[in-house]
Amino acid sequence: MAEYFTLLVGAVLINNFVLTKFLGLCIFFGISKNLSASIGMGMAVTSVMTMSSILAWIVYFFVLQPFGLEFLTTIVFVVLTASFVQLLELVIKKQAPALYNMWGIYLLLIATNCIVLAVPILNVENEYSLLKSIVFAIGSGVGFALALILMASLREKLDYADVPKPLQGIGIAFILAGMLSLAFLGFSGMM
Amino acid sequence: MSELWQIFKKGLLEENPIFILALSLCPALAVTTTVINGLTMGLTVTFVITSNNVVVSLIRNFVNPKVRVPVYITSIATIVTVAQLVLQAYFPLLYKAMGIYLALVVVFAIILARAEVFASKHGVVKSFCDGFGMGCGFTAAMLVIAAIREVTGSGTFLGYPVFGENFNPMLMMILPPGAFILIGYLVAGTKTWLRKIEEAKLKKEAA
Repeated sequence: MAEYFTLLVGAVLINNFVLTKFLGLCIFFGISKNLSASIGMGMAVTSVMTMSSILAWIVYFFVLQPFGLEFLTTIVFVVLTASFVQLLELVIKKQAPALYNMWGIYLLLIATNCIVLAVPILNVENEYSLLKSIVFAIGSGVGFALALILMASLREKLDYADVPKPLQGIGIAFILAGMLSLAFLGFSGMM
Repeated sequence: MSELWQIFKKGLLEENPIFILALSLCPALAVTTTVINGLTMGLTVTFVITSNNVVVSLIRNFVNPKVRVPVYITSIATIVTVAQLVLQAYFPLLYKAMGIYLALVVVFAIILARAEVFASKHGVVKSFCDGFGMGCGFTAAMLVIAAIREVTGSGTFLGYPVFGENFNPMLMMILPPGAFILIGYLVAGTKTWLRKIEEAKLKKEAA
């Protein structure tokens, strides 16, 4: 039990995907201008990542490894995650239109994204069990959502700040992310 | 000839993938702790983006527009796998240092964007120049970031010490926060520089 808890806390705080591993930065800087969008995006990424991790785990350990095709991991996982997201979009559109109106746009954005691809690859590289993979995927997703929501709240305040002209827009956002990352570095002493 | 040069040149500064378009930043921040890592990543991306542009340009008339994105992604993934295998075989240490970021070259926005915006509409030679220019711009940006981070963060350049023995390195620069803050200032600097060039041009025209 303690092992799973360590994995979860590690993925959320210590090895935060955005702030210490630099994954998913395109979404991070694109979405974090808006708080409600950040919450939706965080939830969409977490659920997609968990489901695609399970799928990728099954494909890797039941198809790729028995046949000695590990070198195809990159190609297979990219196609797998991208097509899975597209499929999910179709299903949600048909079955739950209300949900689609809320999340649909984010699903398109995460079809080919580093964070969604990175988690399945890390799972099989570290040879996690299926349960561990799920815990790791949820932890990474929550960590991503946490960073996104923190950043969005800060950027809303930033709108009232007097920022030097060249730094306006993306420049100050990076410096802000740096400060957040510095704060998250403090968690590394926890383990 | 000058047209090809123009296509090549725009990737270097005007549409620099990192400083101006702010695309594909994950690797730029993650692997630039030393110059050699930054250079490896830059060259890998140059190889992938150039080859992919050529492939996409060659098949542009045979691909149904409805399935073009999956086709591009498969093509990119195949080229990245080739790069991975070559690095693993000949430079195992660098391959290890790149870690997961090498596999993630597949989903770099800049590569797919060039295939979609440029290579799917232009001939092979032009697409080659475009991909090569973008790759060189990317590599140059990686080198700038990596050089600043390595020199300030560990006091070395390509592994050789540049300062005296009493130099106390700024550890933060090779840690994640330093990368974010540095990129912020570099983006601001490039913006200011480009605006100055623009203003000078306007003045010249007015005079």
